[in-house]
Amino acid sequence: MIQTMRALGVTAVVVASCLGNQAVAQTKQLTLCWAAWDPANALVELSKDFTAKTGIQMKYEFVPWTSYADRFLNELNSKGKLCDLIIGDSQWIGGAAENGHYVKLNDFFAKEKISMDDFMPATVVGYSQWPKNTPNYWALPAMGDAIGWTYRKDWFARPEIQAEFKKKYERDLSPPQTWDELKQIAEFFQGREIDGKKVYGAYIYTERGSEGITMGVTNALYDWGFQYDDPKKPYQMEGFVNSPDAVKGLEFYKSLYKCCTAPGMSNAYMSEGLDAFKSGQVAMQMNFFAFFPGLYKDPNVGGDKIGFFVNPKQKFHFTQLGGQGISVVSYAEHRDDALAYIKWFAQPDVQKKWWALGGYSCHKAVLNDPGFTKSAPFAADFLKSMDIVKDFWAEPAYASLLLDMQKRVHDYVVADKGTAKEALDLLVKDWQKVFKDEGKI
Amino acid sequence: MSTLAERAVARTPRRLALRFGGMSDRAIAWLFITPSVLLLLAINIFPLLWSIQLSFTNYRANRPNAVIRYVGLDNYRDLLTDPEVWHAMQATAHFVLWSIALELVLGFGLALLINRRFRGHSFWTTIILLPMMLSPAVVGNFWTFLLQPQSGLFNSAIALLTGLDPSSFQMIGDVRLAPWSIIMVDTWMWTPYVMLICLAGLRSIPDYIYEAAEVDRASPWRQFWSITLPMVMPFLMLAILFRAIENFKMFDMVNLLTSGGPGSTTEVASITLKREAFEKWRTGYSSALAIILFVTVFGAANIYVKVLNRVKQR
Amino acid sequence: MKTPVTAHSVAEPSRWSKTTASFIVATYAIITILPLLWIFLTGFKTPPDSIAYPPKILFEPSVEGYVNLFTTRSRQTPEFLASLPPPQTWYERLVRSRNMVIGGPSKVVPRFVNSMVIGFGSTFLAVCFGTAAAYAFSRFRVPLADDLLFFILSTRMMPPIAVAIPIYLMFRHLGLTDTKLGMILLYTAVNVSLAVWLLKGFMDEIPREYEEAAMVDGYTRLQAFFKVVLPQATTGIAATAIFCLIFAWNEYAFAVLLTSGDAQTMPPFIPFIIGEGGQDWPAVAAATTLFFIPILCFTILLRRHLLRGITFGAVRK
Repeated sequence: MIQTMRALGVTAVVVASCLGNQAVAQTKQLTLCWAAWDPANALVELSKDFTAKTGIQMKYEFVPWTSYADRFLNELNSKGKLCDLIIGDSQWIGGAAENGHYVKLNDFFAKEKISMDDFMPATVVGYSQWPKNTPNYWALPAMGDAIGWTYRKDWFARPEIQAEFKKKYERDLSPPQTWDELKQIAEFFQGREIDGKKVYGAYIYTERGSEGITMGVTNALYDWGFQYDDPKKPYQMEGFVNSPDAVKGLEFYKSLYKCCTAPGMSNAYMSEGLDAFKSGQVAMQMNFFAFFPGLYKDPNVGGDKIGFFVNPKQKFHFTQLGGQGISVVSYAEHRDDALAYIKWFAQPDVQKKWWALGGYSCHKAVLNDPGFTKSAPFAADFLKSMDIVKDFWAEPAYASLLLDMQKRVHDYVVADKGTAKEALDLLVKDWQKVFKDEGKI
Repeated sequence: MSTLAERAVARTPRRLALRFGGMSDRAIAWLFITPSVLLLLAINIFPLLWSIQLSFTNYRANRPNAVIRYVGLDNYRDLLTDPEVWHAMQATAHFVLWSIALELVLGFGLALLINRRFRGHSFWTTIILLPMMLSPAVVGNFWTFLLQPQSGLFNSAIALLTGLDPSSFQMIGDVRLAPWSIIMVDTWMWTPYVMLICLAGLRSIPDYIYEAAEVDRASPWRQFWSITLPMVMPFLMLAILFRAIENFKMFDMVNLLTSGGPGSTTEVASITLKREAFEKWRTGYSSALAIILFVTVFGAANIYVKVLNRVKQR
Repeated sequence: MKTPVTAHSVAEPSRWSKTTASFIVATYAIITILPLLWIFLTGFKTPPDSIAYPPKILFEPSVEGYVNLFTTRSRQTPEFLASLPPPQTWYERLVRSRNMVIGGPSKVVPRFVNSMVIGFGSTFLAVCFGTAAAYAFSRFRVPLADDLLFFILSTRMMPPIAVAIPIYLMFRHLGLTDTKLGMILLYTAVNVSLAVWLLKGFMDEIPREYEEAAMVDGYTRLQAFFKVVLPQATTGIAATAIFCLIFAWNEYAFAVLLTSGDAQTMPPFIPFIIGEGGQDWPAVAAATTLFFIPILCFTILLRRHLLRGITFGAVRK
């Protein structure tokens, strides 16, 4: 009896340890953290190839944009082990690099012969480098993005609308090249009855909580001549942030908000814009290129009904940079697997598939391909935009700088507090305080 | 009783009985109180003391490796001279005062009516109680849906009643209306709370006092002023105390309804605190703000409770 | 029935006064319940219907909201959809009819489970500790009892965000961020103050004679506590448990700051249920409805104890 029991016991232990080992060997897993939007779904599709090639299972943690920075910066600051890979926003680079959240990738790139020259320069500087314009890489450019505009091509094509517009403004109705033209078109459509419903001119960002209104207003500010600081003297902002031209740009954004937008859009960012455009409420919508593949496929407003144009110019021609790079979290437990993912992602054929699925590749093999501009109706505009991008501060203290700008701009544009000059003057003071705390001035 | 005793003695496990059988009352008292007190010390008092210590530094929780510098009263001085902080306190005070005022009027009024004990009153009371049971965060979120000018229920309902165009006004985005939107949602949620307390107060007044007053031919108005109001007063004051403390701390509902906007119109103190502490990561600075807020509430509550006790004695 | 002494008697209201009162109260109740009804109905609209303007009162009901709540989906081209095997279940069919494919289950079930575990766990602990402490305060002469009790009350005066700052640092140090254990401990600590206040009131109402008689009969104090006092306090314990549960169930500030994945509960999850553009309002409405049902049941069951709970036992009917 005792002998049988002992034998059984030994067998049990042996079987258990075999099963145990098998279990350990089979569950190789990586967790990738990003925002919850269309490109994330595309990445899930794309990564099936990685799993097929390496056997490593992918798990995803997607969070909506409005709580994205909050959630993941919190995670990084608590040294959380949730994410092995993170596709962090371009502005996080400074903080992540200096506080040790991301793994520095220079050695890895050198070993695997991944060259940053293969990627579009604007994306390398924007998503990967810290300090800027130095060869220190903390991410692989993953998702190229910038602000663009969509418009209702079908409305613009209607003969009666074209005729009325020509009569009123003595020029043809076409996608605007300058902000003045955009405002004209917006005023034209504001309150118009189309197909039995009242429509509105334009949709612009006004979100207060995270980064919305800043990502919207900079498109106007840059074009009027706003600069973050003196190009010759870093962190000297007086006269550059609140130059008379910048003031005019801010006033223009407010006038556009007041005259030509739909009601109830006082706290609106990317998702409300999609809703407004898809439900046929607005003629033109400001949004990130990331959404354009999905909009093009939309049954109600996609296909022939939708058109795209680059952010208009005024005195200068810029557009706000979006996009992210993919980084390895330093607290992750599966660093080697994570690096393997980055190696796989950097391959040109994977990048080509990424673009085909709806992600915006930053790889020159995709972007410089002669067939690229024809591959999608917004591809040419995307290339043009990436040539004129400008980004917000990527300093470690970027969150304070962003929150200050959110407050001052929203106070002026939506809450009617003070004048544009006062708003920008106060912003300079806010930013000076932040940089003084940081020891940069 | 003796069978009960025998059964209990028989059922108590032998080891347990031996161990605890001889415990003195004193030992039991300490045993019973200690877990709660320890937990409160760990999760309430220790963090409070730590907050106080942090408030004198320039610590930032997202830079754990930076050198911590003691800055004395700098944080406090910066806070008390910052117009934005005063604005947040103003917004909080406006919210607290008006929401309590409305809840009092509505809650007391409802309590008076329900006290008539008409048929079906307990059914309607249960219905009125429901908003109180929801999560304030979820409430703040779905009220943004209800307050949408075009697709929301609220504007269409107002349009039906007044003939205004639904898209002509917006509660959340308008600087003048946004503070009222948070007051309105809070009133919707918590009027039943005040109503319940007032109801308890009204029911605690014995009938014979009213009957005596009626025999004396006192008018209903007179009865209200000299009987009802004074006897319900302690309950009203209790309701005000609890609501005031809760609304002063309010974060969830306001953050999800307006994000403190437009601009900073509805940025109540807790929202400022959250932004400073968990978005700008100015841990030392925000700890100082937390201490200021706590001292304010604690001091005010103390004074208030003393007044309340005096009213109770009368 | 007493005849009214005057027409406007308070002690015995006239019929007219009762009717007007019932009318006014019913009107208020209907107005106040309208938003909740609207949300309930929105749970059964399709997403385009939910954001239609003007708002639709009559609409074709659909369970798309509930399906969207429980699944993750992605939009595909009709060609891709045609190449897939035919849908097996009714919900797959519904999703396909919108040109989308189900990718997998959404996170709502784990979040709901977290709410249950953290809610019930912290309630259980808070009630245990609270009952013991309340008994001690009620029966024994604890030194500094009044001050201790006021200190317990004052712990509820700090804004949760303020307390969250050092708690966040503490949890980070101890590795408790985003753990169910950490959240249970935190909610227990916050609830214990409520539990002690409530239960002390209930304990005070149980006459000492019972346990003293038991002790005369040979029980020890502890045996008397378990066998005599606790059974009598059951209603009080139940009422206290409900209020602790309601707090832990609906709490948002701590949850959003201290959890992100494993331990996230429903309140930080519901406001961020996104559809293809903005919030998926039918799914949010569905989640709100489902999340409210347990609390709704408890409210109706324990109406009588509601007053006591929300005033920390200061007011008893």
